Amino acid sequence: MSSNWVEVCAADDIDEEDVIRFDHDGRTFAVYRSPDDEYFATDGLCTHEHIHLADGLVMDDIIECPKHNGRFNYKTGQAKGAPVCVNLRTYPVKVEAGSVFIAIS
Amino acid sequence: MSHIVIVGAGECGARAAFALREKRFEGGITLIGAEPHLPYERPPLSKDGLAGAEPPKYIAGPERYEEARITVLTGVPVEAIDRRQRAVRLADGRAIHYGRLLLATGARPRALPGAPENSGRIRMLRTHADALAIRRALAPGRKLVIIGGGFIGLELAATARKLGAEVVLIEGLPRVLSRGVPEEIADVVAERHRQEGVEIVCGVRIAAVEADDDGARVLFADGTGRLADLIVVGIGAIPNTGLAEAAGILVENGIAVDERLRTSDPDIYAAGDCCSFPLSLYQGRRVRLEAWRNAQDQGTLAAANLMGANEPVASVPWFWSDQYELTLQIAGLADGAVTTVRRDLTDGAFILFHLDGEGRLIAASGIGPGNAVARDIRLAEMLIAAGSRPDPAALSSPESKLKKLLAA
Ligand SMILES: Cc1cc2nc3c(=O)[nH]c(=O)nc-3n(C[C@H](O)[C@H](O)[C@H](O)COP(=O)(O)OP(=O)(O)OC[C@H]3O[C@@H](n4cnc5c(N)ncnc54)[C@H](O)[C@@H]3O)c2cc1C
Ligand code: FES
Repeated sequence: MSSNWVEVCAADDIDEEDVIRFDHDGRTFAVYRSPDDEYFATDGLCTHEHIHLADGLVMDDIIECPKHNGRFNYKTGQAKGAPVCVNLRTYPVKVEAGSVFIAIS
Repeated sequence: MSHIVIVGAGECGARAAFALREKRFEGGITLIGAEPHLPYERPPLSKDGLAGAEPPKYIAGPERYEEARITVLTGVPVEAIDRRQRAVRLADGRAIHYGRLLLATGARPRALPGAPENSGRIRMLRTHADALAIRRALAPGRKLVIIGGGFIGLELAATARKLGAEVVLIEGLPRVLSRGVPEEIADVVAERHRQEGVEIVCGVRIAAVEADDDGARVLFADGTGRLADLIVVGIGAIPNTGLAEAAGILVENGIAVDERLRTSDPDIYAAGDCCSFPLSLYQGRRVRLEAWRNAQDQGTLAAANLMGANEPVASVPWFWSDQYELTLQIAGLADGAVTTVRRDLTDGAFILFHLDGEGRLIAASGIGPGNAVARDIRLAEMLIAAGSRPDPAALSSPESKLKKLLAA
């Protein structure tokens, strides 16, 4: 599988325990910084209705959808129960020279 | 425990059935519904689902019920509960025995007194079938009169405008959304509708509603009125308590349950729109909610308690509504508020925080485009649940993060 690393933002642009929206090449992603200062990325839209997850709330390793509070583990993409039942796709992330990159395949 | 029967295959009943399996209940589960469909979501019925005349948005496909070994009987109302035999009797004559029973029968729209009920030109909105019938009557230039300025009426007004219909919305009280929504927010909603060309008529008394082959009419007490191709009545909902009542189960503005969702019969529980329950967060006040997330939360809680968990209701009431590009969200119950603090966000979005006499946050109501208020309302909900007394200055200043208040 070929993937290319794409620069998202400066590492400091995302607060701890927070998320930002990242649009690239017609696709939208959500990029997270966890409370223990690690970075993660998932598809940007909720799998229930197509709502941007970046407007939602990050709590520990959970992203909660702003629309109906569907929950996902953003580290694994796993849907954590009603109303969401389809997992989110996740993407590899690296931090280099103060910038965040995600691997989009 | 051998067999759990759930009456009412809506949001709450379906959620309870799946939650039982998620909690590793090993007995039989039978979910019985009067509607012909598998459980589906109702909120789209006044929103995009109506606009697009979409098929029902099912909560789960048939394969998921099969995997979870949930027997679903659709299109068959339960007619009676026999508590002595511990069985429910179905309209087709079958009897199904239960070890424990969950009533998740929901609510039905309140009819307008005196209005003809089964006229094709006068309708109410609760089911997918209702939505389809309304959708068929809406087209550019068609005249729709909506009676009732609550959420369903207003959402329908927005959707009907999107479809090009001419819309008049009639409310008997002096303003729309007078139940549970602060005036400042209701004003934003009403203004947005007026911009879209909806005529909102408040504070009128309806003298008569009539319909025949040529059209329908609403006549006001002052002698004026409005003509319509279709009238939709949206003046609230009545809990479906008939089954419980006939079986001698206590009913009090809904099937009365305790904090653990148990009815006056210890083997029968009730949850969702059909029940009234005490909210300990609000001094044990008995409330009945008509809200989607409550139906899910109580379905999940009922499942746990049917299996003996004995857990109390803990969630904060929460509701949302979509009209045009605006979303409104309300967490908590605002009546009893003494102070209100406003927080302005970007793009005209704002949140009102409602505090009681002791400075405790008891509710938050917000409105704005898209999901502008979602995150702060969610944090407010957690502050409410924690019983916190946040600094009003921090609440009003958008720079101060609510998440910090929560940690404090
Ligand atoms: C048009 C519309 C829009 C809405 N929008 C929103 C929104 O934006 N936000 C929000 O928070 N909430 C919204 N709601 C409210 C939300 O949909 C309800 O709170 C939720 O559906 C309640 O779930 P429930 O399972 O308790 O009841 P219901 O969904 O009413 O399900 C009960 C089911 O039980 C069945 N039943 C009843 N009696 C029997 C019997 N004797 N035998 C067999 N079956 C029986 C009924 O046919 C029904 O299918 C909306 C509701 C409507 C109607
Ligand atoms: S859109 Fe995300 S939970 Fe509904």
